[in-house]
Amino acid sequence: MKIPNLRLLKRKSNQVILTDSVVSDMSVKEEKPSATPVEEAMTQCPKCKQEYRKIDIKENMNVCPSCGHHFVISAERRVRLLVDNGFYKPLKCKVAFSNPLDYPDYEEKIVSLQEKTGMDEAVFTCVGAIDGYDAVIVVMSSKFLMGSMGIVVGEKVTQAIEYADRKKLPLIIFTASGGARMQEGILSLMQMAKTSAAMEKFNLNGGLYISVLTHPTTGGVSASFATLGDITLAEPGALIGFAGPRVIEQTIGQKLPEGFQRSEFQMEHGFVDQIVSRDKMRETLAQILRLHSKKGR
Amino acid sequence: MIKEIDEKITEIELEIEKLKNEEIVDEAQIYVLKRQKHDLVRMCKDLDAHDKVYLARHKKRPKITDYIDNIFEDFFEQKGDALGKEDGSIYGGIALYKGLPVTVIGHRKGNDLQENIKCNFGMPGPEGYRKALRLMKQAEKFGRPIITFIDTPGAYPGLEAETNGQSIAIATNLAKMSALKVPVIAVVTGEGSSGGALAIGVANSVLMLENAVYSILSPEGYATILWKDSSRSAEACDMMKLTAKDLYNYGVIDDIIPEPLGGAHLNPKNVYKNVDKHISKELEKLVKLNPDELAKHRYKKFRNIDSNYMNLL
Repeated sequence: MKIPNLRLLKRKSNQVILTDSVVSDMSVKEEKPSATPVEEAMTQCPKCKQEYRKIDIKENMNVCPSCGHHFVISAERRVRLLVDNGFYKPLKCKVAFSNPLDYPDYEEKIVSLQEKTGMDEAVFTCVGAIDGYDAVIVVMSSKFLMGSMGIVVGEKVTQAIEYADRKKLPLIIFTASGGARMQEGILSLMQMAKTSAAMEKFNLNGGLYISVLTHPTTGGVSASFATLGDITLAEPGALIGFAGPRVIEQTIGQKLPEGFQRSEFQMEHGFVDQIVSRDKMRETLAQILRLHSKKGR
Repeated sequence: MIKEIDEKITEIELEIEKLKNEEIVDEAQIYVLKRQKHDLVRMCKDLDAHDKVYLARHKKRPKITDYIDNIFEDFFEQKGDALGKEDGSIYGGIALYKGLPVTVIGHRKGNDLQENIKCNFGMPGPEGYRKALRLMKQAEKFGRPIITFIDTPGAYPGLEAETNGQSIAIATNLAKMSALKVPVIAVVTGEGSSGGALAIGVANSVLMLENAVYSILSPEGYATILWKDSSRSAEACDMMKLTAKDLYNYGVIDDIIPEPLGGAHLNPKNVYKNVDKHISKELEKLVKLNPDELAKHRYKKFRNIDSNYMNLL
């Protein structure tokens, strides 16, 4: 049935791969630009302290080959690694920058981040298929102002939820955020209510929502749609919590125990269904989608 | 500025009380002091955001227990989240409002140090939010309108709160409150900080006292996050646009409840009357809607809460 579209599909997927090389180059370059060719640039894993060529880390889904430490990965690349043939359709969202607090230099900051990351805001929304199962996929990026949620992020997430609701599609959200965006004040706080209300509507209409918590998911995002999943997964070692560790330490006046608020801690305390490493993410999501599809297999 | 004026007013009030209790009452001196107080109160006309934060946190500012005593009747307190803990920072129960059974829920800070500690200074843990939700779902079951009073420095950022799921407790409240099929009215009476305030604030009508503040975070926290310097909180107060007037202009709140000059604590009776009047007005509008309309009304309100600032490409 889809054969007539196949060539078009193929071409589009090539285009996507072209975009990819630009985006992923940037993710490799992020730390310090140097004269060394990209292939030879080295990096050290912050966890096991092993030295690696950046390119080797990148080819391993941005995961440390020896200790499994999950590095940050760009939103678009994450989607491509997930969907069938790397092909996805971005969702349109016509919401533009706004500065309700007249916060100084805020617009310049956003523009420079847009240039640096190739993203329009801290979240990327699209539709794609995983092992043949269509889903709405939302990915937040901590590279864009710590993935903080202001009006545009809240609206894009809400529109993605509403799209999934309208089209009766499952919804997968990869969260990564420091919380509500300070620069937009109270209207950022209101995004928590807006997204959570949309999620509840989707929930009451029988929609499937899989939340994937990645490093870090805290504040206003963890206290809204991130923790409302029917199924909650987490990448290994991600920091997940309402308050950040520094604030807690200041409040209680003592050091936090090792591993506090990490994925493994959250699973132990009953807030995460399973911890899934990046290389197993596609098959795990495919399994969950399969188990929720009407026809089974 | 307000701090000095307010402290002077308190001094004069004490002095007047002292004079009144003496064997021979010096009426002339009392008159002079009352004039002085009057002049001081008049100086409180133009308060800035920082002044309002001071008033919003004032120790003598009316609290949920005062509102319950003065606006409601026949209050029956309900404790506990029914999951293993009672959290004193959320206070709630069933009461009669002009003869109508309602559920009342709010942050509780306590009136003296001992109570403050028992109530964790009005900073709930997940158990508090779960208790609030329990009471709200029960209100929905019995068709009772819900009235919430918001006054919190924020959800508690502690070890136990995190371990027991602070995030999911707040998120669940936001989601479930949005779909409740009974009228919900929220009144921001003091400080409404962060998700800890919003977690009982997803209401059909959100009202705010004139000198209350409502913000994404406390000004101190805001200054720490943005400038790594909590001492710049006065600057943050202006930056954040957290006064009732600001929020009304944003479209985040529906109405402002006037306070007496110099702050609610100077004439609480007047405040109870105003709060009562506003609740009554909102409730009258809301009880005309059927259960589905109520949920839809609330959903739409929060779906479009930022519409004035939604720029299109």
